[in-house]
Amino acid sequence: MPHAPFIIASFAVTGVGISWLVISSYLAMRRTEASADELRQQP
Amino acid sequence: MHRRVMHRFANPARFLRIAKPLTPWLLWSGIALTLGACLWGAFFTPTERLMGDTVKIIFVHVPAAWLGMGGWTGIAIASIVQLVWRHPLAGVSARAIAVPGATFAAICLITGSIWGRPTWGTWWVWDGRLTSMLVLFFLYLGYIALSNASSEKGDTSRVAAVFGIIGAVNIPIINRSVIWWESQHQKASITLGGSSIDQAYLVPLFVSVAGFSLLFGALVLMRMRTALAEMRIEARMRRMADY
Repeated sequence: MPHAPFIIASFAVTGVGISWLVISSYLAMRRTEASADELRQQP
Repeated sequence: MHRRVMHRFANPARFLRIAKPLTPWLLWSGIALTLGACLWGAFFTPTERLMGDTVKIIFVHVPAAWLGMGGWTGIAIASIVQLVWRHPLAGVSARAIAVPGATFAAICLITGSIWGRPTWGTWWVWDGRLTSMLVLFFLYLGYIALSNASSEKGDTSRVAAVFGIIGAVNIPIINRSVIWWESQHQKASITLGGSSIDQAYLVPLFVSVAGFSLLFGALVLMRMRTALAEMRIEARMRRMADY
């Protein structure tokens, strides 16, 4: 049984999972902090 | 003394003064170390005598497993601090840990299953280690549902905190499962007393664990900052509605 597909699949699952988590968390943080700052500057 | 130190960081503004510059450092060093360790592990480690090249899966599977378990330990500690000392950021941090913890637990389960197929000849067995890890993943889902159900954003409900503490019972079960029950899963290779893993794998594994841990820290800080910004928005909206 060739091992390469199993290794590639493991690294791919990890890469996709962590990338999704980092990007979604970063975008949510930027968006929410920008909204909070914008709201604070309103009179 | 420890209470004074702990409550010094209870002020969200003081916390943010530290968290804002710390987040990019954790994030970029975590990405660099994780990528470096994965490339090192994938291309520059030797083939193992029994497992062949599948041993390379260790560089993603083990850090994910440790952080899945470490994440819940963090939730339990934060929940105790929330309930006992009423630290205002404890509930926020427990909430922030939940989704990254669940993701790492899921990565551990999936990569373990992929590793099991060529090594054990099966994708899954209902033994102590795999089942208790699956239970941990479901505990995370339950915690996320409970804390989302709380109407007070940023301050998790007491029910979620109690759930976080009770769920910690599963952590030593996962750790001891390969000793208590017959398991396809190998016994612990790394203990406080030493390691049975060859240096050729051990060094990149520790680099990978360090990278994953830094990434985990960055994720928790980013999610805490999001929760605190949501609280600021909510407080501002409430003040505007009062006028």
